[in-house]
Amino acid sequence: MEWQIYIWAFLVGGAFAMIGQLILDYTNYSPGHVLSGFVVAGGILGGLGIYPKLIEFAGGGASMPISSFGNALVQGAISEAERNGVIGVMTGMFELTSTGITAAIVFAFFVALVFNPKG
Amino acid sequence: MARDPKKKKLTVDQKRYTELVRDTVPRPRYIKTALLAYFFGGLIALIGQGFIDFYRSSMNLTVKEAANPAVATMIFIGALLTGLGVFDKIARVAGAGLAVPVTGFANSLASAALEFKREGLVFGVGSKMFILAGSVITFGVVTAFIIGLIYAIFIY
Repeated sequence: MEWQIYIWAFLVGGAFAMIGQLILDYTNYSPGHVLSGFVVAGGILGGLGIYPKLIEFAGGGASMPISSFGNALVQGAISEAERNGVIGVMTGMFELTSTGITAAIVFAFFVALVFNPKG
Repeated sequence: MARDPKKKKLTVDQKRYTELVRDTVPRPRYIKTALLAYFFGGLIALIGQGFIDFYRSSMNLTVKEAANPAVATMIFIGALLTGLGVFDKIARVAGAGLAVPVTGFANSLASAALEFKREGLVFGVGSKMFILAGSVITFGVVTAFIIGLIYAIFIY
């Protein structure tokens, strides 16, 4: 891949984070609200076909923010829906996100086993 | 305040006091925190892109396939830094720069798992792990389900 994608990754990934920070600073929403909002927004942009283009264009800049989780859920759901209709929505839901969810659960579990809470 | 509509009317003294407080409390430096978030969010995206290219070239994956192990690696780093107690220190500076990427998702799982460890493996770590990250999964899945239904019914 060309090196330009690193510049776009930095710019786009930073922009996502800054939007989150601005929402946190200027409203009363908690980080939980902001992250849920990002996932929903990523899902809607994914459904409209905008998010996959953003990932193509910015690479890690679009696939590292949590909004890509919403996008991946939607992409899995609609690609299976294409083949199997309504049932496909359910079977395809976690098709693309299972790596992330599995990794998060397993690593968090082992971290909790190995470490002790500080303070 | 919008939070409490039933709040009693303030007396004149209380009003003067709240104005005084509002003027003297140092205003948070929004521009600085926003720029710091931008920098750290961009940095994590850069590292993630590095992993994407690494997995793409070392395992002969397409760009799309390589994003999965890259995300898993970032989640591992986020969870590990949480366990080491480093995550919170960086997050104090980086703010949303660390929370918005998947590292924040990993941190919310790992920190909840750690925090409730003393309640036992089953009821503490096992069930309370999702106390923060659960809403992300719930809203993500519900959104994806609705959009998937729209696709299944109206488009195909």
